[in-house]
Amino acid sequence: MADWLTPDQWSAVSLSLKVSLWATVLSLPLGVAVAYVLARHEFWGKQALNGLVHLPLILPPVVTGYILLMTFGRKGFIGALLDQYLGIVLAFRWTGAALAAAVMAFPLMVRAIRLAIEAVDPKLEQAASTLGASRVWVFATVTLPLILPGVIAGAILAFAKAMGEFGATITFVSNIPGQTQTLPSAIYSFLQVPGGDAQAAQLVLIAVAIALLALLLSEWIGRAVARRIAGS
Amino acid sequence: MSLSVRFAHRFGDFALDVAFEAPAGVTALFGRSGSGKTSVINAVAGLIRPDAGRILLGETVLFDAERRISVPVHRRRLGYVFQEGRLFPHLSVRQNLTYGRWFAPNGPGESFDHVVGMLGIDGLLERKPGGLSGGEKQRVAIGRALLANPRLLLMDEPLAALDEERKAEILPYLERLRGETDIPILYVSHSMAEVARLATTLVLMDKGRVVRSGPAHEVLSDPENVPALGIRAAGASLQATVAAQEEDGLTRLEASAGPLFLPHVDAPVGARLSIRILAQDVILSRTRPEGLSALNILPATVTAVRLGEGPGAVIQLRAGDDLLLARITRRSARALELAPGTACFAVLKSVAVAQAEVGGAG
Repeated sequence: MADWLTPDQWSAVSLSLKVSLWATVLSLPLGVAVAYVLARHEFWGKQALNGLVHLPLILPPVVTGYILLMTFGRKGFIGALLDQYLGIVLAFRWTGAALAAAVMAFPLMVRAIRLAIEAVDPKLEQAASTLGASRVWVFATVTLPLILPGVIAGAILAFAKAMGEFGATITFVSNIPGQTQTLPSAIYSFLQVPGGDAQAAQLVLIAVAIALLALLLSEWIGRAVARRIAGS
Repeated sequence: MSLSVRFAHRFGDFALDVAFEAPAGVTALFGRSGSGKTSVINAVAGLIRPDAGRILLGETVLFDAERRISVPVHRRRLGYVFQEGRLFPHLSVRQNLTYGRWFAPNGPGESFDHVVGMLGIDGLLERKPGGLSGGEKQRVAIGRALLANPRLLLMDEPLAALDEERKAEILPYLERLRGETDIPILYVSHSMAEVARLATTLVLMDKGRVVRSGPAHEVLSDPENVPALGIRAAGASLQATVAAQEEDGLTRLEASAGPLFLPHVDAPVGARLSIRILAQDVILSRTRPEGLSALNILPATVTAVRLGEGPGAVIQLRAGDDLLLARITRRSARALELAPGTACFAVLKSVAVAQAEVGGAG
């Protein structure tokens, strides 16, 4: 463990990475599915689904956090069921922070993937089905490889958003050092105590570095994948 | 195996109502753009679900509106060659070619090496479609459709997006394909030249309806179909056998009505060829003409006279076992007193090889 960080600082950084990673990985399949449905299908209630997905983007994060607490808290109607039957508690745990981060990052992820799906010519998918591929196979062998750059971009965007999530997280899971204190919550806490500025600044630098790294990584992977697809 | 199509479908204010049979060989759907040709093959492919009717492939029901049967596209076992190729950009040419094999692994289908050799794409296998020329892409698309082990081949203007040179490059492959496979091929085109060269069965379409369908040489030599075919494209074809390669560079062919001389045809003696003669390239004479530069003069008998709405007339003639069409003026038709049964001579200004039969060169 790096000794230039205090244990509290270090746990905030590693917790944030863990929370963001799980939030991204677990929401990615759902993000692809929702983006596919929104891009390729017309159905009753499509606008409602679209609105629901985008809600966290336009609501104040504190409101989203409050809604999460009401539904996924121990007394919330989903939270109570999870607790009773599966023994899963989300409120005031790091898993809850992951849920909050995933919900907040979801609209960005879906938008990026949806754009990529809309850029795929449906005629290619038609051609695949005439060659004997069922819907699932068409998706796996034609659509998915072609939207991969968009999926990667969406995932990294969601990861970066999850790293920075503050409002919904602090409302839903509070700010318990070592348990639910993520990087942004830690920066906020250090700024509340006299003499904490230096520690806050260290964390700010780490946050900037992680964000930049994520951006570069997404550019690099995206370009490599695009090259593989277009290669002649 | 034969494809039987009978269905009706409405798109907004366009009504499609067609019925025809497509036996083994190439069945060309011919008509101007907007006549509904592509919709017909999309219905056969399952990309459109018609309002009513039945589509059968041999004994297999592909679609039956009454019994509410519609086999999903991916279970119809088709090879569909689209106008724009539609190759998968992320896969190599080899992966594109074998794509259908994943889903139809077992079967008597064409061997990979044979198809690749026939289409001349051996050198492209490891490349991505992005770097191919239009003609190469289209050849790969044809190969991909063939290798899917299809029971039916659908081709929607596969040559329309190509220039003349590329067309000339691909047509021989399609002719060879017609000779080598026994599955029905449904071929959409608005080019009479392609149709005359490839079609064994012809379905004429206009405004969503089938105007006429039947064996290509019958449909093409019926004067009643001249308006639908277009006066410049109208013309019959006759069968001939290569008799000899003459010393002056001409090839002598033997048709049922007599000899024909063509500029060198690259085919072995004995090869059966289909010769296309446009109606506007035939001159009629009541007596055997003399002192004429034309080499090809066949004795014939008038079988039908169709007066057009303008100053023109189309005469159908029997020359030996074959039918010919001649486009002349009404005035000449009157002056020569042409009527069914009249004996005359057909002077052919220009003849071209339209089709080479199996085993012959294209």
